[in-house]
Amino acid sequence: MIIDLPRFIATERPSWTELEKTLDRLQAEPGRALTLDQAKRFHFLYQKVSADLGRIATFASEPELRRYLEALTARAYGEIHETRERGRRFRPAHWFFAEFPRVFRKHVGAFYISTIITMVGVLFGGLAVMLDDEAKEAVLPAMFANHMGDPAKRVAMEEKAKKDRYSDKHSMFASQLMTNNISVSIRALAFGITFGVLTVLLLFYNGVILGLVGIDYILAGQGVFLAGWLLPHGVIEIPAILIAGQGGLMLGKALIGHGDRAPLTARLRALGPDLATLIGGVAVMLVWAGFVESFLSQYHEPVIPYAVKIAFGCVELAVLVWFLGLGRAKDGAPAAEVRA
Amino acid sequence: MNSELRIRTPEGIAFAYQLAGPVARCMAWGVDLIAIIVIGQGVSSLFSAAGYVSPDFATALSMIAYFGVSIGYGVFTEWAWRGQTFGKRIMRLRVMDAHGLRLQFHQILMRNLLRFADLLPGCYLIGGVAMVLSKRAQRLGDLAANTVVVHIPQHAEPDLDQLLAGKFNSLRQFPHLEARLRQRTTPEEARLALQSLVRRDDLDPDARVRLFGELADHFKTLTTFPPEAIEAMPDEQYIRNVVDLLFRPRTNRFS
Repeated sequence: MIIDLPRFIATERPSWTELEKTLDRLQAEPGRALTLDQAKRFHFLYQKVSADLGRIATFASEPELRRYLEALTARAYGEIHETRERGRRFRPAHWFFAEFPRVFRKHVGAFYISTIITMVGVLFGGLAVMLDDEAKEAVLPAMFANHMGDPAKRVAMEEKAKKDRYSDKHSMFASQLMTNNISVSIRALAFGITFGVLTVLLLFYNGVILGLVGIDYILAGQGVFLAGWLLPHGVIEIPAILIAGQGGLMLGKALIGHGDRAPLTARLRALGPDLATLIGGVAVMLVWAGFVESFLSQYHEPVIPYAVKIAFGCVELAVLVWFLGLGRAKDGAPAAEVRA
Repeated sequence: MNSELRIRTPEGIAFAYQLAGPVARCMAWGVDLIAIIVIGQGVSSLFSAAGYVSPDFATALSMIAYFGVSIGYGVFTEWAWRGQTFGKRIMRLRVMDAHGLRLQFHQILMRNLLRFADLLPGCYLIGGVAMVLSKRAQRLGDLAANTVVVHIPQHAEPDLDQLLAGKFNSLRQFPHLEARLRQRTTPEEARLALQSLVRRDDLDPDARVRLFGELADHFKTLTTFPPEAIEAMPDEQYIRNVVDLLFRPRTNRFS
């Protein structure tokens, strides 16, 4: 086929320009929805440019023109054949208060498994500290150095403290807690790519630490102190890490593909938005937990009565259960919207 | 590991993207690491100015800023620059959806968060092994996010005016044959002829004569010009004229 290139370019160029402008508009405004007529026109232009590319593809002398049409067709292809919903304008409040709990409930089974694995770890840690005096030294990482000794002595020391040890480092301590816990959560989710194996190990290890410290305090008769210290931040922090683990287990399950006949790429593609939502929600929860741990959890009687701290923790837990809608039936899929 | 990602649209149009190899990606990551350190330090220093009001608050802000930069750098830049970071820009790489579809925010987020797994046990060992074993050169983060990293080739066109200057092209007297030649020559054949001319001085004399002889024979099978137009024309001059016809249109049409 011999084509008259100057005439071809002169004739077709308006269509290329129109398609390019449409693509620019769609990319600049992710929330933009095309009308039916606009969508038809967009599709027509895409097919026209594809046909033009087909005509010019073997034309050796016009590499720039070919590259231009290829790039244009590739962009339009990405828009036309994209079946996932277009990114809408991000609404933080809606995302956190509606989307995050909905996604959590959608995959709540993985959360229960995450909780069970952690509880097994708690039991293991509890048994270890009951049966072996050296278990704490062997298992607890350096950052838990203040829990190595006798819990009763630590409690006595904390309760006697007259000076506010955190008065000049509240913010720094809170930021340390937030960054550390968010890192742990990201790992719990990311390690799901090892078919969930490392996520399981991480959850189990967290449970072991929790069991070691918790049972150690209970055995020493410091259960009230433990509840007053742990509940205010722990009722948010621990579920947050469990939710991150839930994400990791979801990822592992998608890789294994048990009970799902969709191809691996389709399974992962479907899971991506939910994982992003979960980890985002977890980060927000951990920011809250960091503030509470720094500004409330570290103060004990007589500064703040344990009853107040325990009541605060219980209220937080109740709000969290209500917020996440635990026990509520799974939501249906969100109503599909016709968007270009 | 394939070197190309081929995408064929339902309309019958095929594209091929060159997949980025581990070396190029490693270099891009090196640049990004430096960028993260520089930006992180810069932002931390900026916030440390708040130390005049509250040293505690300033330290906290600096820590959060550094953490935010180290985690968010890749997410932000790849989202803002459509799949590119500083390092990827310099190395001419781009993150793409593995099916050529629109790159979504959650894909960018996931591939960046899964870096924690790719980094294990250190120095991107798991990610590097996954990349070498993967058909599409994907690290674990790319596999989970369904993305690939492609190389954006830089097509620097040689200076044709200098390459072809001062020579009369007898083939231009036959516009219909010129059009036929342009139509029958594939882009690869045209590029081969052009590169042969560009690199001709690097060749041994014998190899140069042989190469242009083979090229001339091939192009003569594509379009036959009248004998009087190519009479006594050396093979190299024939290829020079062919390249002139292929790459230098009669008028500037694409403006």
